[in-house]
Amino acid sequence: MRHIISILIENESGALSRVAGLFSARGYNIESLTVAPTEDESLSRMTIVTCGSEEIIEQITKQLNKLIDVVKLIDLAGAPHVERELMLLKVKTTDQDRGEIKRIADIFRGRIIDVTSTTYVIEMTGPSDKLDAFIDALDKEKIIEVVRSGPTGISRGEKGLHL
Amino acid sequence: MELNGAQIVVQSLIDEGVEYIFGYPGGAVLHLYDAIFQQKELKHILVRHEQGATHAADAYARATGKAGVVLVTSGPGATNAITGIATAYMDSIPMVVISGQVPSPVIGSDAFQEVDMIGISRPCVKHNFLVKDVTKIAETMKKAFHVAMTGRPGPVVIDVPKDITDPRIKVPYKYPRKVTMRSYNPAVLGHKGQIKKAVELLLSAQRPMIYSGGGVILGEASDELTEMTRLLGYPITNTLMGLGAFPATDPQFVGMLGMHGTYEANMGMHESDVLLAVGARFDDRVTGKLAEFCPHARIIHIDVDPASISKTVRVDVPIVGQVKPVLEHMIELIKDSKTKPSKKALEAWWEQIDKWRSIKCLEYDRNSPLIKPQYVIEQLYEVTKGNAYVTSDVGQHQMYAAQYYHFDKPRRWINSGGLGTMGFGLPAAIGVKLAFPDADVACVTGEASIQMCIQELSTALQYKTPVKIVNLNNRYMGMVRQWQEFSYESRYSHSYMDTIPDFVKLAEAYGHVGMYIDKPEDVRPALEEAFAMKDRTVFMDIITDRTENVYPMIESGKGHHDMKLRVALGTPTDRELA
Ligand SMILES: Cc1cc2nc3c(=O)[nH]c(=O)nc-3n(C[C@H](O)[C@H](O)[C@H](O)COP(=O)(O)OP(=O)(O)OC[C@H]3O[C@@H](n4cnc5c(N)ncnc54)[C@H](O)[C@@H]3O)c2cc1C
Ligand SMILES: Cc1ncc(C[n+]2csc(CCOP(=O)(O)OP(=O)(O)O)c2C)c(N)n1
Ligand SMILES: [Mg+2]
Repeated sequence: MRHIISILIENESGALSRVAGLFSARGYNIESLTVAPTEDESLSRMTIVTCGSEEIIEQITKQLNKLIDVVKLIDLAGAPHVERELMLLKVKTTDQDRGEIKRIADIFRGRIIDVTSTTYVIEMTGPSDKLDAFIDALDKEKIIEVVRSGPTGISRGEKGLHL
Repeated sequence: MELNGAQIVVQSLIDEGVEYIFGYPGGAVLHLYDAIFQQKELKHILVRHEQGATHAADAYARATGKAGVVLVTSGPGATNAITGIATAYMDSIPMVVISGQVPSPVIGSDAFQEVDMIGISRPCVKHNFLVKDVTKIAETMKKAFHVAMTGRPGPVVIDVPKDITDPRIKVPYKYPRKVTMRSYNPAVLGHKGQIKKAVELLLSAQRPMIYSGGGVILGEASDELTEMTRLLGYPITNTLMGLGAFPATDPQFVGMLGMHGTYEANMGMHESDVLLAVGARFDDRVTGKLAEFCPHARIIHIDVDPASISKTVRVDVPIVGQVKPVLEHMIELIKDSKTKPSKKALEAWWEQIDKWRSIKCLEYDRNSPLIKPQYVIEQLYEVTKGNAYVTSDVGQHQMYAAQYYHFDKPRRWINSGGLGTMGFGLPAAIGVKLAFPDADVACVTGEASIQMCIQELSTALQYKTPVKIVNLNNRYMGMVRQWQEFSYESRYSHSYMDTIPDFVKLAEAYGHVGMYIDKPEDVRPALEEAFAMKDRTVFMDIITDRTENVYPMIESGKGHHDMKLRVALGTPTDRELA
């Protein structure tokens, strides 16, 4: 099953390689990993999307917790949460299909953020499957480039991952 | 007090109470060596290879419970230390390794003797630190010892760029008495409810087994384990790493379990209905085939590392905490409980265990005209009255030492279990002898293993650490040969060397005493003579039966009840015993 694991980790050099190294050394799956500073500059937040049996996920969370730099961790899959991914997508356009592409982007609540005479850059955020669906709705031949951030997530309600 | 970076490193070690540092100099650590030169409290042991430094420090830690400390230079010094760091990591041994690094401004430029020690050591340390600021040294040192010693112990590397130890830069020094790390708070006490559940389950057992490991030794809980086991009257087995945590000569001890464990220990595991695992990590050499592991048992597991719990074997009652307080609590509950272990069930269970015992799975041919390695260990046990510290290398000789030297006390059996590092034994013996100069220290080794760190004979002379080397010379990499005999139709591919050195001359060349023993009747007198030479390192080259194998053996992929026994003894079959 797919899990989203959110981590607060000391903002030290090498922290990322400890996490990445753990996944490769132990042969765990890693679908995506995002990392950025938090409002507390001594901490970074990482979001890892992984999959595996319950036993494997249990080991992954235990092993991550065991890393000395990891301050806190939650498995978002265990409780109600929202997740979002950012995508930037560049498509070829012609005079004939510009309107059509814009209409599809609108349906998916995408925004066109750059235009040239032959291209659009579309920005879209949403759950990963919505981004997948948008890509599917486009003509494959037209897509020049897709950049995705990987999902990040946050739990619902008053609980939060903080110190 | 104002000190430079090099002095701060040294003074921090002194303030931490470090007695010995095992090391080898080089460019990146010259400032540090200069600071060591100018003081008297911290004693530096100059090894002959950085691997030797790590094993000596590691064994010092295993024997004393204090962290071992190592100092190596950057590049090749650091990489040479890796095997020893990994060895300590696999067996959860507290160690602090200080490695020199090229100056900060040139890090990343492929500078002379630069390796990314933080990157290389990362998978085999509990944690590592790169020191970036001279004002951070003392705090980092304190953190390193704190992390190495607490929770599940392990090695910690501190990588120190040369400019950080620059003698010209002085800063105020104060060694912190304590550190707290918000991201590191290992468990101590176990969950009360879980402990209660565990005791109830334990007291309800019909066929109980206690399986204890290295965690009991690391957690200084041998007394508690012994008290509880005697209170219950249950059988107990130890892993290779746990030997000595419960007295081997106690009738409740059924021997080591696992691949080369005793028949009674492995059968007892297989037939048990309640298993109490204490500070043991269900290693594959212990469990054998996982699908057939303890098929009837409900399992309680006490471990300080949550990641050890339900890693390979799912357990029913996990308890995360230090063994010592958890066992103390359990003893209390057992004493207070109205339920007592069922006498009737326990009698029947012991009767069964005694039947298994009666096959005497460790018996061997005592009439052989050749020296049997088992006999040598038995004689070693008698000559040293079971009181020696025994270090070992890796191979058949290691298993014989584990099986035939009956360890009654913790921290006496010093071996590399998890990584299985050949070359460990001799430097380890030196580390132990430094810690306990008046104790007998024996290194049980093989003619292949001993050659991996033989250069430390020179260290033994320089620091006058008179250890006794018991070389069970079977002219084979016996353990490899045994697997080839069993699984590769005796195709002995590269498991022997036909140019084995003359160890007697070699020992003498290094300034020690060499002995050559090739007759069974000479073994005892030679051992007596060697141990009587209190101030000499003695190398006993003992020519043993080269065809001897380690039994019992659970071949890989088999379960506990599926042991290969020594056939010559006409052992009764399982069915006859049942
Ligand atoms: C040639 C060879 C053959 C071998 N054959 C065998 C064999 O037949 N049988 C055998 O048993 N082994 C054998 N081994 C050793 C084996 O590889 C493992 O090293 C060993 O079984 C592990 O022992 P352990 O489970 O006690 O764990 P250790 O490695 O000692 O780990 C200790 C456990 O205790 C925990 N712990 C540490 N401190 C504490 C504390 N204070 N409180 C609570 N928990 C704590 C740790 O988290 C860890 O889970 C062999 C090795 C070699 C090289
Ligand atoms: C550094 C290292 N290399 C290889 C091995 C694999 N290995 C395990 S036991 C063994 C043979 C050991 O031979 P010896 O020291 O003579 O001991 P014996 O088994 O003959 O008693 C080897 C090569 C190892 N454990 N460590
Ligand atoms: Mg040999």
